[in-house]
Amino acid sequence: MSDQPSPQSLRTEAIETLLIEKKLLTSEAIDTVLTTFSEQVGPMNGAKLVARAWVDQSFKARLLEDATTIVQEYGFEGGQVDKLIVKACSESVHHVVVCTLCSCYPWAVLGLPPRWYKDPGYRSRIVREPRKVLTEMGLTLPETTSIKVWDSSAEIRYLVLPLRPAGTEDLDETALAELITRDAMIGVAAIEPPS
Amino acid sequence: MDGIHDLGGQSGHSTLGYHRNEPVFKDRWEATVFTMVRASAQAGAYTNIDQFRHAVERIDPKAYLEHGYYGRWLGAVETLFVEAGILTTAEITERAAQLGAGPDDLIAARPSRTKIQATGIPAKRNPVGDPPWFKVGDPVHTVQASPLGHTRLPGYARNKEGLITACQGLWPYPDLRAHGHGEQSQYLYTVTFNSLDLGFSEAFELNLDLFEPYLSLIETIL
Repeated sequence: MSDQPSPQSLRTEAIETLLIEKKLLTSEAIDTVLTTFSEQVGPMNGAKLVARAWVDQSFKARLLEDATTIVQEYGFEGGQVDKLIVKACSESVHHVVVCTLCSCYPWAVLGLPPRWYKDPGYRSRIVREPRKVLTEMGLTLPETTSIKVWDSSAEIRYLVLPLRPAGTEDLDETALAELITRDAMIGVAAIEPPS
Repeated sequence: MDGIHDLGGQSGHSTLGYHRNEPVFKDRWEATVFTMVRASAQAGAYTNIDQFRHAVERIDPKAYLEHGYYGRWLGAVETLFVEAGILTTAEITERAAQLGAGPDDLIAARPSRTKIQATGIPAKRNPVGDPPWFKVGDPVHTVQASPLGHTRLPGYARNKEGLITACQGLWPYPDLRAHGHGEQSQYLYTVTFNSLDLGFSEAFELNLDLFEPYLSLIETIL
């Protein structure tokens, strides 16, 4: 590994300095983006919705019916949720989300997408061999569980409501939210019971 | 357009590169690119998400695969700034060289010197004020098309048969909006496919949100 800056970082710096000179960009705006997407926008927002749906059946029904309104009520920032649809996993059906054409992702509830979600491997293969891909990612589904893949080809965004693991009956909503991972809400992982 | 971005179902990209934990931005330049994309919209270099996505699709295909997500955005935002006349390729390259860039570095941006005339798949009607053409349960056939412009009908789902499972209402039509033709709203449907009908060997259900111009009704004889 060398400490040389990458060609992409140098070209970025070139455009950045030109834009700052033209007063079209500020360093403060970059700092704000770093802070916002590292601290305020992220999968903890989606986890709040999932945890509440696990403990409150009427909320779950509303979430499956009209998640878009619920996201507005919570006031989550980050955008990319003009319309959000939540798909609930069951013992017989598993849902998984992708965007094969670019990397569409529900920023307001999951933050910015992880690298693997945007890279060619996942985007090309999850619509061809999802069971195999999920197994490689560590999620082996029973043969009796059917798979539904959602390729976000328009402005509708999808969030997976994962199964609540056994052994969590005594946990409250806050403790449950801490178990819920980004990857489970994309549909590539199951929620692990508390250790 | 047909291109490297249309990855669904393609072979050869076997590595998943899956990591459970990684930083939101690996380096500051990635956050800088993210912010520059917002700045480019504020400066009027692009006016809608479809125009931006089309700029990503038009970057150098080798860079598309090798430069990562923010490298692709870098190529797109440079393309848009240059096409809007806000920056020139020459001044960016000169500045990059001053900062230490090499003359052989692969540049992702591919700005067009002329106004792009191409569009995606043509619309068949203006449906605003009229009901959707299809209803839930209708069997539909997707068009076989390779438009030179932007489209949101993936290659793997062209000339295939599926079922309308939801109508999602009217949305701006990317195939025209990406090319500066206004919103041109069209009905959007969730179309459900059997993976075997798509030519894949693993059995599962695949759902896509597809616009009305991509679809035609399969007439069933009872």
